[in-house]
Amino acid sequence: MSVFQIVQAGTAPGLPEPVSPRNVPHRGGDANPSAEALKLRFGGAVSRVDVVWGETAVTIDVARALEIVQWLHDDETQSYEYLVDVTAVEFRDRDQPMEMIWHLRSIKYRRFLRLKAQLPKGKPMHVPSICPVYKSADWLERECYDMFGITFDGHPDLRRILLWEQYAEGFPLRKDFPLRGRFSRAEQLRQALAANPEARYSMEELAIADAFEELPLDMRARIKGGESTGE
Amino acid sequence: MATTRTIEVELSTTGLGADGKPQRVPLVAGDAGSRFAHAPTDIESDLVGEHMLINIGPQHPATHGVLRLVLELDGETVVRCIPHIGYLHCGFEKIGEYRQYNQIIPWTDRDDYLNCIGNNIAFALGAERLFGIEITPRCIVLRVIAMELSRISSHLVWMGTTGIDIGAFTPFLWSFQERENIYNLLEGWVGARLTTSATRVGGMAADIPDGWLDGLHAFMRSLPKTLDECDRMLTRNGIWVGRTVGLGVMTPEEALNYGLSGPMIRASGVAYDVRKDFPYLDYETYDFEVPVGTSGDVYDRYLVRMEEMRQSVRIIEQAITRLPDGPVNVDDPRVILPPKHKATSEMESMIHHFKNVMEGPRPPVGESYVAVESPKGEKGYYMVSDGTSKPVRWRIRPPSFVNLSAIPKMVEGHLLSDVIAINASIDIVMGEIDR
Repeated sequence: MSVFQIVQAGTAPGLPEPVSPRNVPHRGGDANPSAEALKLRFGGAVSRVDVVWGETAVTIDVARALEIVQWLHDDETQSYEYLVDVTAVEFRDRDQPMEMIWHLRSIKYRRFLRLKAQLPKGKPMHVPSICPVYKSADWLERECYDMFGITFDGHPDLRRILLWEQYAEGFPLRKDFPLRGRFSRAEQLRQALAANPEARYSMEELAIADAFEELPLDMRARIKGGESTGE
Repeated sequence: MATTRTIEVELSTTGLGADGKPQRVPLVAGDAGSRFAHAPTDIESDLVGEHMLINIGPQHPATHGVLRLVLELDGETVVRCIPHIGYLHCGFEKIGEYRQYNQIIPWTDRDDYLNCIGNNIAFALGAERLFGIEITPRCIVLRVIAMELSRISSHLVWMGTTGIDIGAFTPFLWSFQERENIYNLLEGWVGARLTTSATRVGGMAADIPDGWLDGLHAFMRSLPKTLDECDRMLTRNGIWVGRTVGLGVMTPEEALNYGLSGPMIRASGVAYDVRKDFPYLDYETYDFEVPVGTSGDVYDRYLVRMEEMRQSVRIIEQAITRLPDGPVNVDDPRVILPPKHKATSEMESMIHHFKNVMEGPRPPVGESYVAVESPKGEKGYYMVSDGTSKPVRWRIRPPSFVNLSAIPKMVEGHLLSDVIAINASIDIVMGEIDR
């Protein structure tokens, strides 16, 4: 005999009942208390705090992102145990157009916090990975790398996720990337037809399977010659 | 008020051990206590360490779309799972940067295509936050009805297809019959069945037609019967229990750290529901309960989804009784078009109509992230506006994407046949994952 239970319950006891937001002001309003705590704790790393449409956005120094997120996650008074999203925004006309965005939630205290960081223009973009804190950052950071070309230092397996590994047209969500893609339709078609349909497994996967010896001879020669094998 | 419903089941399979961990069928010859203990120990010893690579998908009926899993197998046990996604990638977020806000709504139909009207509403809520618009009381209640209908229809598809994956065919037919009723209702309301595009910034495309609520009442009466029938077919079914209990277990801490949401995180025992914790559309005023599982396996995810459908029925019944009269669209000429008869007869209205359609409404500079509880989990739309009629950035926070990222953790150590059950329990929609 085994017993399974479904507990029906509300959530987060001990806090006032939340209500659906109404008549939220465009600017101003109450900031998330965590913004003040971040200023106290990290001082110079916090450059500004905005409250837009009731959501608090804290702009931080990108180099200290991992440290700040780790503290928000671990500290008892903050307890941001849930990572909602990792993404980036590129603006059209700004000195520092690229902005990293982290959305964090504290389920315990029912708080929502947006962290932002400006990335320098014209240099390779490097952001510390927050994978050591949240496992969910793994795919979200891979997608951000795939779409914007931002390198996440310390990510265990940073490679393209939605596009294929040989995708050569660049990073689609950048503003200088045209909607139709960089290559002409004819070139895209030529590449699709020239793709090797045999190349279905990555080198890593082939190494797992000990299947290398069973591949066709020409494919083995191509792999040995350093050619990458499809996705 | 917390209540408990207990389901007691006689187990015919090993399932969970005393420590709450899934019990592995001992496959190693000579393992003490195994039923193969009498077998000679040197049998096939040359196979030790030889692993096999198995490819599932992207064209496989049990992967629920174009998901591809590359599995490393030791015998029949999964040692490693490498998911490949992106076969359905269309660049929704890029296209959104070239569209006005109302023009993005048809794209939201196509990201999670089992929850179309729910996505429309989620996007409209985000855009309305960005414009600073308060929608009318009638619109709020209509949207609640639509969201819960779409939750029921998504869970019905989940139950049917998961049943087929695990070997139960009948619930598929029953659940799709009920889903058909929902689509007939939606067709009567907005004209489309699947890709509804039902909302506009500031309201809905249409008010419900006369007599529509009678059809909804009839559906509310027939659905619980179907749910009871499916419940009788599955909940105590020896095959169903044997193939779901103890599979893909996620502890509460793991579920939070992997960012699971929706029924996935609640089956693991974390009572996180966006409707309760960060309410929208006045969900805090409805009387409903959030089912929370205890063991975090495939079976608990099934129980949680079944219970959610019953709770959705409760919410819809309350919404019907409180549905107020009045306009559906806000009285805000920035976003709402003039009535058609005026646009074709008055010069001012025609100019207003023309400018609103051709140039599009312009929100003030700002950004908004609005999350709703979709059937899959926390679905959020993040929009950044620079004051023009098109967003600088439109980001979809896809719950299936984040839930699926935990699949290597869930399947590793289980048998190959259980991969199908675990994958089905995530309730993935590839349109939303690849976008």
